[in-house]
Amino acid sequence: MAGTGKAHMRPEGDRVLVVEDLVVEFKVGKGNVVKAVSGISFDLVRGETLAIVGESGCGKSTLGKAVLQLPKPTSGSVNFLSKELTTMGKEELRDMRPAMQMIFQDPISSLDPRLPVSEVLAEPLRVWNRGNQVEIDAKIDELLLAANLDPAVVRDRRSYEFSGGQCQRISIARALALDPTMIICDEPVSALDVSVQAQILNLLQDMKDRYGLTLIFISHDLAVVKAVSTRVMVMYLGKVCEIGTPDEIYQNTKHHYTKALVGSVPIPDPTRALSGNLIQGEPPSPANPPSGCRFRTRCPMATEQCAQEEPQLREVSLGHYVACHHPIGE
Amino acid sequence: MSPVLKLTDLSVSFATPRGNLRAVREVNIELNAGESLGVVGESGSGKTVLSRATMGLLPRTATRTGTVEFQGDDISGYDAKQVRDLWGTGMAMIFQDPMTALNPVRRIGDQLTESLIVRQGMDKKAAREKALALLQRVRIPDPQAMMRKFPYQLSGGMRQRIMIAIAVSCNPTMLFADEPTTALDVTVQAQVLELLSELRKEFNMAMILVTHDLGVVAGHTDKIAVMYAGDVVEYAPTRELFANMKMPYTEALLKSIPRLETPTGTRLPVIEGRLPDPTKDEPGCPFANRCPYVTDKCRAEKPPLTDGGNGHYYRCWFPIGGGQ
Repeated sequence: MAGTGKAHMRPEGDRVLVVEDLVVEFKVGKGNVVKAVSGISFDLVRGETLAIVGESGCGKSTLGKAVLQLPKPTSGSVNFLSKELTTMGKEELRDMRPAMQMIFQDPISSLDPRLPVSEVLAEPLRVWNRGNQVEIDAKIDELLLAANLDPAVVRDRRSYEFSGGQCQRISIARALALDPTMIICDEPVSALDVSVQAQILNLLQDMKDRYGLTLIFISHDLAVVKAVSTRVMVMYLGKVCEIGTPDEIYQNTKHHYTKALVGSVPIPDPTRALSGNLIQGEPPSPANPPSGCRFRTRCPMATEQCAQEEPQLREVSLGHYVACHHPIGE
Repeated sequence: MSPVLKLTDLSVSFATPRGNLRAVREVNIELNAGESLGVVGESGSGKTVLSRATMGLLPRTATRTGTVEFQGDDISGYDAKQVRDLWGTGMAMIFQDPMTALNPVRRIGDQLTESLIVRQGMDKKAAREKALALLQRVRIPDPQAMMRKFPYQLSGGMRQRIMIAIAVSCNPTMLFADEPTTALDVTVQAQVLELLSELRKEFNMAMILVTHDLGVVAGHTDKIAVMYAGDVVEYAPTRELFANMKMPYTEALLKSIPRLETPTGTRLPVIEGRLPDPTKDEPGCPFANRCPYVTDKCRAEKPPLTDGGNGHYYRCWFPIGGGQ
């Protein structure tokens, strides 16, 4: 697991985003460096939803933010709509921002509590000169309706008057205000009740179809990912383990880490309750990752080879890539 | 055998500027030693208030009626001092957010030994040894080093293990776990739930597991109470509940859970609408406005809690699969 390589890239596709050898490092203490993302490559074809899955600390959120240059990655390349973002100046990068938006995990704190909803949505439109007040008002109503909110009721209210699910609808409406090409959703439903999760996931699907969006969906919950994604990338300690379609990843799991993740999903059926073989412990510190394959310290199949040699991503079936020396079933 | 916990007509209401908010309405629950009960519902269903009312942890604006019997004693009339004496040894609690539940400026070791010294009268040395054993029991690597750490140095999963170690340190008869895994990753969630189940059997503790996720309670409880707008709307042994679901609300909750089997791109079934205003007492079934099977009777008259046999109770005029 935890491998490198570019076998899974699709240069022939209509690619919105191409990320190559992306590295994000943080300085901690005296001279120590944490590599949160260490050499990840992936691409995003127009209209697809790429899910990035992994435990806390695997670098999935850092990766999402690095794509948006928040902050700029330490090295590597991010090519968005055929333009290289990493070498852009501030002004140039600013011009790219409307096309790439983000939705955050905590919907309540991501909205300004002092602004009424109409202002929350009007702000980006005004900043980018998208029409006069009448046009902006019309756009706000359109966005709210699209997010299944009644403009007459919500326009003048502030974020604290809404539930978490409603705030997330407003965040989605805001992300859509500038007609983006790509939206990065960072755990958009993790803070919500199960019943509200389903509503937000459906809304994201509707918006994607309606506005022709390309999505990156970051989550630690494989079951949530299954419903919405067209491609899944499993990460561990800043590296890619496995990448493929959701059906391949879940029904033909090749990586031992993915298997552990799948096995941890609670099943709402007492007759099929969890088996005893759970993955133990927590990921090691990214400041001092294990040699070779980074998953080897928790892997039931680890061998000497895993400690010596870092596995490369390779194709195991059509469109399904795994970075493991001893993939499941081989 | 008399039950460890018996709630009789337990109700809790809060005085608010908008009127009297009825958070928990006439709940009856019994729990035996070593048994585990899952309390399931959406945000605002009253599940957290129910567990706090049982523990005597309500704010002053709350009014509680009905009785709480713990180990045969009616504790509903206890004053603050008497309730405090129950905490730790009688009942202990694990909270949702392990960061705010731990004291950020005290070392783990001090927080773990505190209750042992105060409640069990251990001397420092004995408490320290017990604490090390507890850390080992909750599978913390290198317990010696852990004793000297502060909460901010730990991951969410590690903090929750510490909370569990503190909660079970005085061998409580009953453990409340309020959304203990909601803030955790799936892998860590599975580990923590497994650990709780093991400890429950080991110490023969009764446990109340409060959660919004039916998936979490399915594998880790003996019975389940589903709450909606302050009412227990379905109450049954876990296997019976899943095999023979009666309430449309429980069914809707179950259907809205995303599953690994869900084909990609399918729309998930949702529960439309919202909980009714808890300060108003509308006639009829509180779930009527969101129920796919609603009839005129449901809007006019609130259904009583009906005994369906096999220890299965539900609050519905037209239960799924028919009534008794």
